Amino acid sequence: MHELALARGILDAALAHADGRRVRRVEVTVGALRQVVGDSLAFHFEILARGTPCEGAQLAQRPQPARLRCACGEEWELTEPSFRCGRCGGARVSVIAGEELRVEAIEVEEEPCTARR
Amino acid sequence: MHRTKVKVAQDVLDANDTIARANRADFDAAGVRVVNLMSAPGAGKTTLLERVLADGVVRDEAVRVGVLEGDVQGSLDAERLSALHVPVTQLNTAPGFGGECHLDANMVRAALPELALDEIELLVIENVGNLVCPAEFRVGEDARAMIASVTEGEDKPLKYPLMFRACELVVINKIDLLPHLELSLEDLLANLDRVNPHARHLLVSARTGEGVDAFADWLAEVARREAVPA
Repeated sequence: MHELALARGILDAALAHADGRRVRRVEVTVGALRQVVGDSLAFHFEILARGTPCEGAQLAQRPQPARLRCACGEEWELTEPSFRCGRCGGARVSVIAGEELRVEAIEVEEEPCTARR
Repeated sequence: MHRTKVKVAQDVLDANDTIARANRADFDAAGVRVVNLMSAPGAGKTTLLERVLADGVVRDEAVRVGVLEGDVQGSLDAERLSALHVPVTQLNTAPGFGGECHLDANMVRAALPELALDEIELLVIENVGNLVCPAEFRVGEDARAMIASVTEGEDKPLKYPLMFRACELVVINKIDLLPHLELSLEDLLANLDRVNPHARHLLVSARTGEGVDAFADWLAEVARREAVPA
């Protein structure tokens, strides 16, 4: 549902770094806690990219599983939405991975393309 | 023609967060604290605000409240609230790309000139009814609260952890309906605790007025908070 707005953010970041060059691939890291539907993100990205240097670019999504760490030292991968520590039951739990939503890199062709930004 | 890899390393929501910080700075400069109020459609955001505003947020202490009403379309909610003689500004998301399902920092920024910030101490932003998207987009608020009505079922914290984790306060609304529902309030609260053990919750019926005072007290508490840089 929020994938449309997120796809726009990805496109903006990619275009800002493309510098007018044709973009072939956009690499993003998607944390499990962001509740992003991958197919929906790819679909919206493809539509928004039309007519820009990102048209036809592959959106490579790297899923990042969620990892939590408790103040008691316990560390685990989150497989169901429970943010209390399974060992001590405490709530002093921090998310150490899984909240990412980041454009990591783009692959561009070195010949400038003429499509509008 | 060869391909080159270009490092980007940029958070997708960076642009939004930058504008949200600018909004926050403007609110701080005006001495206004801001609550971002979110929920599913029909959970009772407007009804709860009507109740609170009709009673006066705090009777023994004058906290002047303004409302920024976010809707995809129309001004029905704003009309309901303006009957209570509080400054209400309508913000429609429809002119955007097909009508956004949430408010973002830029939309709130666009509405800033219309907000009577010098007349209020607290601005409540009633977000678009939606349990997913609004959780992603900061708009410059000091506090985030949500309403979960008991008719939505006890499983919602588990299905929408992003939203339930984004909020410091969860108002459990429509508790007057509990006798008519199969819902287990105990399970709902247990699920909330699993997803966000730090969230405070209030049991409220905006219809009967039960628990509304506690929500009013929370709003007043937010209004008294010191500005913390975003």
